[in-house]
Amino acid sequence: MTHPVSTIPIHSPVLEPGVKGLVSDWSADQQSFKKVPWGKAMMWIFLVSDTFIFSIFLISYMTVRMSSPEPWPKPSEVFALTIGGKHIPLILIALMTFILITSSGTMAMAVNYGYRKDRRKTFVLLLITALLGASFVGMQAFEWTKLITEEGIRPWGNPLGAAQFGSVFFMVTGFHGTHVSIGVILLVIFAIKVWRGDLEHERPGFLTKRKSSYEAIEIVGLYWHFVDLVWVFIFAFFYLW
Amino acid sequence: MSQAENQQHPIGVYLKIWVLLFVLSTASYMVDYFHVQSYLRWSLIIVFMLLKAGLIVAVFMHMMWERLAFIYAILLPPLLILTFIGIGALEADYTFLTRGVFFFKSAL
Repeated sequence: MTHPVSTIPIHSPVLEPGVKGLVSDWSADQQSFKKVPWGKAMMWIFLVSDTFIFSIFLISYMTVRMSSPEPWPKPSEVFALTIGGKHIPLILIALMTFILITSSGTMAMAVNYGYRKDRRKTFVLLLITALLGASFVGMQAFEWTKLITEEGIRPWGNPLGAAQFGSVFFMVTGFHGTHVSIGVILLVIFAIKVWRGDLEHERPGFLTKRKSSYEAIEIVGLYWHFVDLVWVFIFAFFYLW
Repeated sequence: MSQAENQQHPIGVYLKIWVLLFVLSTASYMVDYFHVQSYLRWSLIIVFMLLKAGLIVAVFMHMMWERLAFIYAILLPPLLILTFIGIGALEADYTFLTRGVFFFKSAL
């Protein structure tokens, strides 16, 4: 017994662009996200959920800062450093921002060279990205140490003003730093995979047993760029505001 | 995924965006360095922040090359956050007011 075969093609060979495409994609059978590998779609959906987590942190920060009758400590002064006898405001945070942006650039290029199947360049760029990420975490550790030991800032209070400053600071930067650290681990793992040629030869991954491909670099890249994206918002609202 | 396509773009695009991100970051740092204050400070911070975030999402994360169905699915849900910000601001104002009334009474 054979099944009746529909004469209507499941995939229309030509995809419509623009708003018409939006409607036809969403009303399509089987899948709405055309041209997007599912691993990438899933990473994006995870990033949306992570966006909500960080938004909740930033919104609660806004709420406690607006409702605090005590003066909020000036981040510009708290995070100032004296380098070579010169007092420079917020310099450490500015440096960390530039490091993260540089790492985002090297990551974007790693993705690009990955799709070009340039194993060597992809490996080197991934490693540079991981090193920049690790130096970011290192500077954050320095920043935390300085704040805890020298300024006496605690999650429950500080000598500079509103007590909520400490709790928000440790919560938000701690969560972001954790994301950066996880990203560095991911980058190192995938740098090794690239070096061994796992992606090129489509060897099964150790966790999922699925065939590896250079798409994985783009997916790791999405996570890394997201970490940079979150820092853009933290830099603006916590450090500059 | 039979129709999956790789995101393949010239390196030059990334380098240009990279330079732009550096310029924007420097600009936002300068806002603090030159002690720009009040509404000018806040609007500059937000403008630079949104430009940077937009460039990262659009180019580095390849969003501008995706199909509209995917862009909407990912970028529309975060709009809910705006509602949440509104609720948070209202709540904060209310708490601030209550604290003000409390401290004002105790000062009498």
